[in-house]
Amino acid sequence: MTTTTFQPTGGSAVVSSPQGGRLYWAIADMLTVTKRNLIGYTRVPEAIFFSSVQPIMFVLLFRYVFGGAIPTPGYHYVQFLLPGIFVQTVAFGSIGTSIGLAEDLHKGLIERFRALPMSRWAVLAGRTTADLCRNIFVMALMTAVGYAVGFRIGTSVGEYLFGIVLLLLFAYALSWGFAFIGLSAPNSETAQLMSFPILFPLTFASSAFVPLQSMPGWLQAFAQHQPVSILVNAARDLMSGTPNPNLVLPPFTSVVSTGRTSSTVFWAVVWSLGILAVLAPVSVRRYRRRAL
Amino acid sequence: MTMAIQLEDLHKTFGNTVRALDGVSFGVEPGTIFGLLGPNGAGKTTAVRILTTVLQPDSGVARVLGHDVTAEPDLVRTLIGLAGQFAAVDENLTGAENLWMVGRLNHMSKAQLRDRSASLLEQFGLTDAANRPTKTYSGGMRRRLDVAASLVAHPKVLFLDEPTTGLDPASRSDVWTMIGSLVAEGTTVLLTTQYLEEADRLAEHLVVINHGRVIAAGTPATLKANMGATVLDLGFVDERTAHRAGEVLDVVNDKAPVVYGRTVEVNVNDGPRIVTEALRILEVEGIAPTTLALREPSLDDVFLALTGHRAELDATEAPGDLPSQDGRRQTSKRGRGK
Repeated sequence: MTTTTFQPTGGSAVVSSPQGGRLYWAIADMLTVTKRNLIGYTRVPEAIFFSSVQPIMFVLLFRYVFGGAIPTPGYHYVQFLLPGIFVQTVAFGSIGTSIGLAEDLHKGLIERFRALPMSRWAVLAGRTTADLCRNIFVMALMTAVGYAVGFRIGTSVGEYLFGIVLLLLFAYALSWGFAFIGLSAPNSETAQLMSFPILFPLTFASSAFVPLQSMPGWLQAFAQHQPVSILVNAARDLMSGTPNPNLVLPPFTSVVSTGRTSSTVFWAVVWSLGILAVLAPVSVRRYRRRAL
Repeated sequence: MTMAIQLEDLHKTFGNTVRALDGVSFGVEPGTIFGLLGPNGAGKTTAVRILTTVLQPDSGVARVLGHDVTAEPDLVRTLIGLAGQFAAVDENLTGAENLWMVGRLNHMSKAQLRDRSASLLEQFGLTDAANRPTKTYSGGMRRRLDVAASLVAHPKVLFLDEPTTGLDPASRSDVWTMIGSLVAEGTTVLLTTQYLEEADRLAEHLVVINHGRVIAAGTPATLKANMGATVLDLGFVDERTAHRAGEVLDVVNDKAPVVYGRTVEVNVNDGPRIVTEALRILEVEGIAPTTLALREPSLDDVFLALTGHRAELDATEAPGDLPSQDGRRQTSKRGRGK
């Protein structure tokens, strides 16, 4: 330290909501935290790079290794697979939310935030919003990867983009849920480990990689009604189009339609908003109450 | 006069068993530096977290400038600054960006913040490092940035939870100077520390807490005055000998000798007489001391007398790189006084 004299600073300049109301400051705080998290991402580009490697591996694995053995009536496998992989990618990406918050907690930043006159939900909203921005980047990348392995938009660009918006909404809602795990875990490694047992059954016991009809009855019952399948069905309808009845491969003799697109999309939106409406308040409550 | 900080019968239990605070009460006058002293786990951090609205008390009242921290947390947050036990800076952000973030979350305008940030970075000797990510900072630089961040919004009451833990002596001295000058500006500072030297040097008033209770309060001078006039230190070749010496020397004084490691310490009012008598007893017992010293009591001795163990004894659990203390405190193998 070079200077050891401190000039009097002329009175207090603490500004507590001088202009604008609570909502104004809540949004301002959220944007500040979002910006802070996004700066963090740019400082560790390796993290983004390597977190993109895994979904690309999944694309290659299922497209070229397993894909040939999985009959998907109504679709070429690559058309069937990619929307599923997209959903899996953004779902797993929401683990990042739990890791980020667990780190903030562990490093004392949450303690600092809680002593600041900032909005109570801004820390979580800033984190989930930054993760939403990351997902936008990831989806752009995955679209390019999809094109490279032979995926083609089966509908229109507009519907495809709508499908991406739907995935982002779903991932955003999941992020709020994983925020709870991040705030409950003792450290970031454990936060990651705690997230897997939730995501694994949801993403694999779903219609993401195989047609549901290939599963045993009891599993089908679960897989058919869980949110990841619902999102995958909606994304597939919007991105690859509805199943083509002329494209039927054994052992299935007929196409089991996922229903009309408008209905799959409707339920995907309902699930995403429902998850958000339930888990966001739960996580904010956790943030307020968490003993440090 | 409204007290800057007021605690009344504060209780906080974690789980069902750990009584972090067990009825703590004290008050801090505005514009003073107040030291909250105690070993690790004494409840210092819990008290600070309640006062800074980070944690809810189970019962009791905590006020900052007259405002109840549980009833008006939003208001209290605009009055306080907190530098917690960890240097809570975002490693991925630069020093300047960290101050920007905290300032914005304190709802300062961009113009205010620009000036304030620049002057704080200057004052804390971080101007050259301002645009480097803080993961490249040394421990001392991080801690300085952390304290700077707690000052961004000109808090009226500043809480510093072990502000110099992990700092080298030069940085410690800088932080002390900075804390002193804050009070000149009218800021009230509550400082927790395990370093008696730090409390002695900075704090006008102190409370010592242990196991969630206040066990002593007063100025550093009165606390020292309550001790005997002189401390007799006797060193021995090994711990066993010291222990035996402690037993045989029990008769020389009203206050029992305290044994820690290879040293026996006796608080006495009549130094020269006791020295003579102690040496006579030891000679009869065939124990020869290796060192002998008569000295003024330090806050260390006060602490030892009050809590039964050395101040830094439990500090090994403290986060990160512990400072290498002066030799007197570095011997961490010392047993607790029995």
